[in-house]
Amino acid sequence: MSSSLDLPPKGEFSFDLCRRNAMLESKGLKAPTFLKTGTTIVGLVFQDGVILGADTRATEGPIVADKNCEKIHYMAPNIYCCGAGTAADTEAVTDMVSSQLQLHRYHTGRESRVVTALTLLKKHLFNYQGHVSAALVLGGVDITGPHLHTIYPHGSTDTLPFATMGSGSLAAMSVFESKYKESLSRDEGIQLVVEAISAGIFNDLGSGSNVDVCVITKGHKDYLRNHLLPNPRTYVNPKGFTFPKKTEVLSTKITPLKEVEVIEGDAMEIA
Amino acid sequence: MTKQHANWSPYDNNGGSCVAIAGADYCVIAADTRMSTGYNILTRDYSKISQLTDKSVMASSGFQADVKALQKVLSARHLIYQHQHNKQMSCPAMAQLLSNTLYYKRFFPYYAFNVLGGLDNEGKGCVFTYDAVGSYERVGYSAQGSGSTLIMPFLDNQLKSPSPLLLPAKDAVTPLSETEAVDLVKTVFASATERDIYTGDKLEIVILNASGIRREYMDLRRD
Repeated sequence: MSSSLDLPPKGEFSFDLCRRNAMLESKGLKAPTFLKTGTTIVGLVFQDGVILGADTRATEGPIVADKNCEKIHYMAPNIYCCGAGTAADTEAVTDMVSSQLQLHRYHTGRESRVVTALTLLKKHLFNYQGHVSAALVLGGVDITGPHLHTIYPHGSTDTLPFATMGSGSLAAMSVFESKYKESLSRDEGIQLVVEAISAGIFNDLGSGSNVDVCVITKGHKDYLRNHLLPNPRTYVNPKGFTFPKKTEVLSTKITPLKEVEVIEGDAMEIA
Repeated sequence: MTKQHANWSPYDNNGGSCVAIAGADYCVIAADTRMSTGYNILTRDYSKISQLTDKSVMASSGFQADVKALQKVLSARHLIYQHQHNKQMSCPAMAQLLSNTLYYKRFFPYYAFNVLGGLDNEGKGCVFTYDAVGSYERVGYSAQGSGSTLIMPFLDNQLKSPSPLLLPAKDAVTPLSETEAVDLVKTVFASATERDIYTGDKLEIVILNASGIRREYMDLRRD
């Protein structure tokens, strides 16, 4: 039995439905929106390693879908990755490469290297020609030293001492460009990352809520979830609210089922 | 070959939310003070509320350039009315004027979502809610703007009278006191700010009652 949609042999995206989707859209059907992390993510290299930072707001258009989501993803014990773009894509691609890295560690018996994660991610993203909408800041410390990279949805990468991505990247980069210098101490580095993310949180509408920080050094990492909470709720009515109104019953009609007669007979026939 | 469409729009949305609640002898009109475009904030301190007469106050969200133009037209028309009739316009009269002004530009509308609040001729609170082209209705409370879809259901839950289809007819809920209404507005904006990216920074509340007009401010989340 042949299916009407034959998937390409490698299991890539099948674009067969695009014509039908375009036809539906021309008829007025609104396509479902993606959950994007309108985001500020940053990374910088300091004296002893790398520090990654991220905000915690996930948006669906103009609405905040998640006020406290996690954008700093685990890749390996010594490698973490911040993700901006479509939330499902960043989650899926970092999970997938994290698993691949673990298998590779079993195979080689060695600690994962940042360039390995970089190559696996960029190969995957290039293969999907930008349709996997994930913009990543990858950082970690391995045997060759501290590394920081940015990865774009189409698969290009940069290696940088400091980097920002997401809708709040301009706000964050303005802080980095003003205040970054080489060989920052741990506290100076965290302070700078917090300032950059805060710039994104307060000046970019796609970013908000709290600051997450991750400090990676040789042989050690500190995942500081909600390192800063600069946005408490401003007003809560001290008396609270009651919701006494239930759904109003407008009319009631009860139809009793008639007596059911049980007839002993043959079992159901199944063809 | 599909028809070429314009890639320039005369409109922009500066975001924000507006709310008005009418009471037995007062009216509360509130709006946030954030003005934005796209993902950027233009200013954290822009008033969307304008006092049209002694007894009517309008709050408008949408495209602020159109809102400013609309306010100018209304205040000019009000000045003419005062010269011709030797008195200020009543709130229901202003409501009708606003509707006519909006419909006048039916085919190139003011991108403005308005709520008009004030005291009617008997001193009772009144709220009128509008769409962009002038369709209006007198109501007990209303919300407009980017946070309206978040705010309205909560106001309905707290303020709405029981269904008119019920028999025997049930009375409307106990009317709110002025302080309760102001409290409700503060909570409603704090909640809308949590989930709507275009609402935030500061809340401006205007209270109209028999003794005159009063303004209150409250800080909102700035992220």
